Amino acid sequence: MPLFEDPVFGSRMLTLLTLTFHIIFATLGVGIPLMIMIAQWVGIKRNDMHYIMLARRWARGFVVLVAVGVVTGTAIGLQLSLLWPEFMQLAGHVIALPLFMEVFAFFFEAIFLGIYLYTWDRFENQKKHLLLLVPVAFGAAISAFFITTVNGFMNSPEGFSIVDGQMTGVNPIEAMFNTASPTKVTHVIATAFMTSSFVLAAVAAFKLLRRSNHDYHKKALHLTMKVGLVFAVATAIVGDFSGKYLAEHQPEKLAAAEWHFETEAEAPLVLYGVLGEGNEPEYAIEIPYALSILAHNDPFAEVEGLNETPADEQPPLFVHYFFDTMITIGMFMIGLSLIYWFASWRGWSVASSRPMRWLIVAGGPLSILAIEAGWWMAEFGRQPWILRGVMTVDEAATQSAYVGHMFVAFAGLYFILGVGVAVVLTKIFKDNPVELELGEQGGDRS
Amino acid sequence: MSYEIIGMVVLWTFLFGYVIVASVDFGAGFFNAYSILTGKDRILTAIIQRYLSPVWEVTNVFLVFFFVGIVGFFPSTAYFYGSILLVPVSISIILLAIRGSYYAFENYGSQGHRGYAFMYGATGLVIPASLSVVLTVSEGGFVDIMDGRPQLDYWALFSSPLTWSIVILSIIAVLYISSVFLTWYANRAGDTEAASLLRRYALIWALPTIITASGIIYELRSHNPEHFDSLMNLWWMFAISFIFFVGSVWLIWKQKNYGLAFILLIGQFAFAFFAYGISKYPYLLYPHLTVSDSVTNDAMAISLIVAFVAGLLLLLPSLYLLMRLFLFDDQYIAGKK
Ligand code: HDD
Ligand code: HEM
Ligand code: HEM
Repeated sequence: MPLFEDPVFGSRMLTLLTLTFHIIFATLGVGIPLMIMIAQWVGIKRNDMHYIMLARRWARGFVVLVAVGVVTGTAIGLQLSLLWPEFMQLAGHVIALPLFMEVFAFFFEAIFLGIYLYTWDRFENQKKHLLLLVPVAFGAAISAFFITTVNGFMNSPEGFSIVDGQMTGVNPIEAMFNTASPTKVTHVIATAFMTSSFVLAAVAAFKLLRRSNHDYHKKALHLTMKVGLVFAVATAIVGDFSGKYLAEHQPEKLAAAEWHFETEAEAPLVLYGVLGEGNEPEYAIEIPYALSILAHNDPFAEVEGLNETPADEQPPLFVHYFFDTMITIGMFMIGLSLIYWFASWRGWSVASSRPMRWLIVAGGPLSILAIEAGWWMAEFGRQPWILRGVMTVDEAATQSAYVGHMFVAFAGLYFILGVGVAVVLTKIFKDNPVELELGEQGGDRS
Repeated sequence: MSYEIIGMVVLWTFLFGYVIVASVDFGAGFFNAYSILTGKDRILTAIIQRYLSPVWEVTNVFLVFFFVGIVGFFPSTAYFYGSILLVPVSISIILLAIRGSYYAFENYGSQGHRGYAFMYGATGLVIPASLSVVLTVSEGGFVDIMDGRPQLDYWALFSSPLTWSIVILSIIAVLYISSVFLTWYANRAGDTEAASLLRRYALIWALPTIITASGIIYELRSHNPEHFDSLMNLWWMFAISFIFFVGSVWLIWKQKNYGLAFILLIGQFAFAFFAYGISKYPYLLYPHLTVSDSVTNDAMAISLIVAFVAGLLLLLPSLYLLMRLFLFDDQYIAGKK
């Protein structure tokens, strides 16, 4: 495999592969517990079997997703040392604290998830059972918090200094609460909640399109679209802050994402298009002043261009497409959920029309695509640095000759896992349709 | 106590925790597969699933704790071990991933596919074998420094008798630990048939455990004499370990107090495991890496220790709750809940 002869390239591709796969399950792992909690809470409050059943069925699917999240997370955790030994040695000195605390969050989550799943019928009082979910949701969110601060550190390495090649003055707390962390963490968590709601909404909409016209699915759709709207709006607001963070502290990433080469005031936002001769964007949509607003909240503000960055430290320009994808999907989902919500509030029939439902079905995979696009833009946009300004990717990678082989092996693994998840999830829900389960259970038992 | 010793004790303790809980899990998978082969599956499967279902993720976190912790406390291990272990550890990850996810798939999805059960059983033996290679590498003699970078000599590793004796010990120990635990669990569940089957397995694997363990000490004498000498200085710990071993085998033989037998077994392994760990001090990778060259800076060490204590305060009550609900709740064990 000549392609993978370079261990640096191989390591980048394997990291890309593992994280791209892990993040699907990680995102759902962060978001779905909150959705289960909401459904179960509503169910107990209104004494409505449908919501309880919703919680119960979501939980059943959730375990399968978590299992894959856990095993792929174990893979990436070890791969960080296997593929980036120099980086982990350095990072271990400064940013090990959140990584270590994350493990306790995993413990906490795993323990209570085990208890929650196997105690549906062991409590007289349903609320007690619901309480068990709080540590699960909290553990998942806090683990996203911790790992994202590590990623923030890679973008904005703080909390140490290097004097004559020696590291001194390490401050783990400062490293963890680096400048990049606040916007990154909130954006990541908000998008996880948003994506999980829309994925569950997609399932409900799909069921409604297929024969089943059960109230159960309608309630599920309503609930998830409402929660999704809230978090989609939050995502856009925090995304705007992330843009401001970039303009201030990592201007080269924003400039590459926006194909903004010359430093100028009143900068327009460039959407889509292709790069022509001399790096001129062609066929692009330009929204006047919008980049200045995104970067500095002021249509006349000056935005730093990519030409200020030395050529060998510029990120690749294709991150533009990732950025566009993320923003387009974000705006689309806000629009879609707003229309749905407004229409069902006014009792308009578009809310339950087939095209609307198909769009909602598309919204699930699209939200996941937005997550991927966001990460790709964030990670490729940091190139050539692994630790911005301190260590490059080339310096950090392993020299092992077998990275290419491992890439193939892991690609096979993720393929098997992916197919497995799809098969098992379909089977769980097909073999056990909700009508049947509701009928079987009957009455107010859960 | 210096930070490096605190760090080492904490990590070694959690690794020990992993060895015990994971052995139960791995061995159970094997017995399950074996019992299907011999047509005794109805006896074992239920017991195994009732115990393993709620806890497999917790088992995995023990492993994650160890590798994240060692990189935190001793960042140079990431560099040395990370550089050399790409292939063996990747193989372990893949096996662990297949095992973990299919475990969940099976439990919540399709029930009872035979092929799956065999794969589950086989990985239960291959994973400990592949993970144990890391311990072998740490004994030294397989790593050269070339151009300032550590390199693993695969041929030397796989042709060494030490490697294979450690592999065999890891497999046998898994079977022994697991059968003793499951004997107790089945007995508590009131399932006498399963208990007597598992008791037989426990007795079968007892002697090989001690023989292979002694074999490794013998191998070390020629492979790493320095380590061997410091092991010999701790002979009394091995003696205590052996007494515990005799005690637990005797209880199982006499069909008495399986709970105590399992506790003695933990004592047996704890003494041997810690004697091995202490005798290795100060090397993390013989002779290239010692605990003191690789320990992190003071600020990080202090913050990790504080985080550890805080984490433990959160963790212990939760673990207690988990055990009370699934391990010590007789009605649950007996399948009545
Ligand atoms: C459902 C997914 C999703 C959606 C709809 C959006 N984002 Fe996003 N975005 C992410 C998912 C995401 C992410 C996966 O969570 C990223 C990748 C790395 C990170 O920190 O968060 C991200 C990163 C990210 C960054 C880079 C941060 C950095 O590298 O430090 C910026 C500037 C934005 N986003 C801005 C936006 C804006 C203005 C949006 C308008 C709606 C938006 N995002 C929607
Ligand atoms: C989970 C969502 C994530 C995705 C999809 C993702 C994606 C990527 C991609 C595409 C690359 C390759 C970039 C390149 O080499 O050109 C990469 C590299 C990397 N990422 Fe991320 N990333 C994610 C999160 C994280 C987090 C949370 C961390 C750290 C805690 C991290 C650490 C790294 C490291 C160490 C590299 C290799 C060095 C580099 O190429 O810069 N990633 N990731
Ligand atoms: C370099 C990046 C990452 C590393 C090293 C990493 C590490 C891990 C590990 C080791 C696990 C398994 C834990 C267990 O055994 O229970 C895991 C699971 C998980 N990760 Fe990641 N992760 C990364 C990126 C992310 C990101 C970006 C998120 C969130 C946005 C995330 C959220 C999760 C969640 C929710 C789980 C499931 C935990 C559970 O349910 O127990 N991870 N990750």
